[in-house]
Amino acid sequence: MKVLVTVKRVIDPYVKVRVKSDGTGVETANVKMAMNPFCEIAVEQAVRMKEAGIVTEIVVVSVGTQQSQETLRTAMAMGADRGILVEVAGEVQPLAVAKLVKAIVDKEQPKLVIMGKQAIDDDSNQAGQMTAALLGWPQSAFTSAIAVNGDTADVTREIDGGLEKLTIKLPAVVTTDLRLNEPRYVTLPNIMKAKKKPLEVLKPEALGVDVTPRLKTVKVEEPAKRSAGVKVADVQELVAKLKNEARVI
Amino acid sequence: MSTYTAPLKDMQFAIAEFAGLDSVAALPGCGDVNAELVEAILTEAGKFAQCVLDPLNRSGDKQGAQWRDGVVSAPDGFKDAYAQFVGAGWNGLGASTAYGGQGLPHIVAMPLQEMWNSANMAFCLCPMLTTGVQEALMHHGSPVLLDTYMSKLVSGEWTGTMNLTEPQAGSDLSAVRTRAVPEGDHYRIHGTKIFITWGEHDMTSNIVHLLLARLPDAPEGVKGISLFVVPKFMVNADGSPGARNDIRCVSIEHKMGIHGSPTCVLTYGDGPGAVGYLVGEPNRGLEYMFTMMNHARLGVGMEGIAIAERAYQHALEYAKTRVQGRAIGQHSGDRVTIIHHPDVRRMLMTMKAQTEAMRALGYYAAGELDRAKRHPDAQARAGHQARLDLLTPVVKGWCTEVAVEIASTGVQIHGGMGFIEETGAAQYLRDARISTIYEGTTGIQANDLIGRKVGAEKGATALALIDEMRGIDAALAAAGEPFAGMHRSYVQAVHALEAGTRWLVEHYRQKPEIAAAVAVPYLKLFGTVAGGWLMARAALIARERLSAPGTDREFLEAKLATARFYLEHLLPQAVALSQTVTSGAASTLALDPAAF
Repeated sequence: MKVLVTVKRVIDPYVKVRVKSDGTGVETANVKMAMNPFCEIAVEQAVRMKEAGIVTEIVVVSVGTQQSQETLRTAMAMGADRGILVEVAGEVQPLAVAKLVKAIVDKEQPKLVIMGKQAIDDDSNQAGQMTAALLGWPQSAFTSAIAVNGDTADVTREIDGGLEKLTIKLPAVVTTDLRLNEPRYVTLPNIMKAKKKPLEVLKPEALGVDVTPRLKTVKVEEPAKRSAGVKVADVQELVAKLKNEARVI
Repeated sequence: MSTYTAPLKDMQFAIAEFAGLDSVAALPGCGDVNAELVEAILTEAGKFAQCVLDPLNRSGDKQGAQWRDGVVSAPDGFKDAYAQFVGAGWNGLGASTAYGGQGLPHIVAMPLQEMWNSANMAFCLCPMLTTGVQEALMHHGSPVLLDTYMSKLVSGEWTGTMNLTEPQAGSDLSAVRTRAVPEGDHYRIHGTKIFITWGEHDMTSNIVHLLLARLPDAPEGVKGISLFVVPKFMVNADGSPGARNDIRCVSIEHKMGIHGSPTCVLTYGDGPGAVGYLVGEPNRGLEYMFTMMNHARLGVGMEGIAIAERAYQHALEYAKTRVQGRAIGQHSGDRVTIIHHPDVRRMLMTMKAQTEAMRALGYYAAGELDRAKRHPDAQARAGHQARLDLLTPVVKGWCTEVAVEIASTGVQIHGGMGFIEETGAAQYLRDARISTIYEGTTGIQANDLIGRKVGAEKGATALALIDEMRGIDAALAAAGEPFAGMHRSYVQAVHALEAGTRWLVEHYRQKPEIAAAVAVPYLKLFGTVAGGWLMARAALIARERLSAPGTDREFLEAKLATARFYLEHLLPQAVALSQTVTSGAASTLALDPAAF
């Protein structure tokens, strides 16, 4: 079966993120970028399923700037067969991403779409669910295990307070949680091979999707600095502070 | 404890600007090489170095390699890391595609070697020696030897070693006594070899030793030494390891550093004699060894750069977190992290500037190596080879000597905690210390530089390079502030190098012992000025790019500031070194040996 995997280019998780001085967003120019870690897990899962003989072809899709081609190459070095970039210069919000993915799914007809549960830059956690809704497909978000059995898949989802095991019909959309797998290190021969794998570049217009943002970012600012701690006299005072000042209980 | 992060931006800058990425990409067989590929490879290798090799550095140092009854075990975790390393194909990066390698040029291989060494020098020695054995076999091995060993060495399924040193034959290899007696299609080897890095271990199913020995009828001295391949296990017809060869590891050394790497004493032929196979022609072993030794010397220079970078990162993290004292002139208010103290900043800048200068020179040499090997025009090849030959002892000698100083400065920044092992700063100093010794001590490098590289050809290659250094004088003079001070210092330093070079050329032939007395100061002079040349070029490049929009301002501004520090703060040493060269020789030898 064919699998479609999405990947997003984000600021490298090890880089300290800085807010732009004008408060319009975070600084991304000349910052080290990398594949979103949840997307890495998605690619890894597809590659493992291909190695297990369940999957025959892995198509990897990214929505982003021209530089996202590098992220697609990384996915192909991990084992994806070909890449599609929907080239968009500015901000793309989750609904636009979902519409673009749906348009590509309509063309490619995969039996399974694997996406990261969220991207570590915006932390929206929406694109996967929206894609499933637009397609009218079953979805399994926050997946930590997946086993395909013909036309269904047994999935384990990480939910509040435990694990949920479901059987879903294929085709379906699965979004990955951290425990699904541990992504491999890319090998040198595969980096070399990835250069020669096909990479198609499309524009949103060609897919008939309007990516104009529907939400407006008012302001981006640094979280408040941690202030110094205080000593409390007793448990009662601690509870009172947690309740009234911190408002966490 | 800090975590190693590969300095990708500076590496890419040095590859593009100094190694000459575009010129190497245009060479035959380098068609796949471009900035995107280099970035992809550096990024993935950087992850591997950071996540797999770096975490084993401290534990490998503490535990060390273990010897028990002739069996040597690598430190915990090394075997698995090695399997991952070869599994990811890193071992075959530069090797011929005919044997499963990727055939990538040195301008990619050297930066990766820097990363592996920064993360874990003790580990890295094993694949580095394997590469050296491949190199020797590719140049001099018979088709049978190539068929038997190359693919396994390229994949890393087997590792390689160099067996040169014997107790009485260290820097002077003419004293080698190990014997090789012909027997049919092979030889029987008897003798003892010492200081054999990764000479015995449990990471792979076989080890391929390259060994220097004498044939029964060999002439005395260096012209009577032959090169042999001696496998730990005999190789079966199907290529699998067979019976154990007559080699024993009788002990491993207790060393100052690189504890994770077993340094073995190997005895050959306690029984019937170890079976060995001649490489190339008889009595030409030392010559063959030297073809790859030059390459290995660049590799050791890269170790110096690597340790310098790692020691810098380690010290920087400490300087940014350790709170101690108030800023100078402040008598009240918050205490500050020590990076705010001018002397700590001086130490950090010294580490950073020297490391970047050494990286620039090391990668430049790697580019010359590629051009010397692959350029289609024979005359161009010869030109690049001459410059590479000149710079090899400089990269090896200067980068490692400076690395020891830098690692020592790293300890200093930690204050008292630097002297405590658990801080981790001391390990870099202990590990760096071998790099000025093996593959030819700094003294040997300096003798090579003043003799074969400068004296023998009356300084032609060196003076041509000095001329090229002068080529940026005008650009520096015209660059305005803050280049005025840099320009003054640069002109003086290049003049100092020329004066030192001319003095050496004049004295080398008549009084070689006088020249040899100041060979090391000359080597340091050469390194200091060559580093200054490339840092000055970096400053000019940064200046130009900063005037264009959309560039990486943070990196370029730091590069400009670092280059300025190098030129104004460090490069003036060239004048003193030159004076030592031109007037310090006689006093070195004034006191008779008997009078000591």
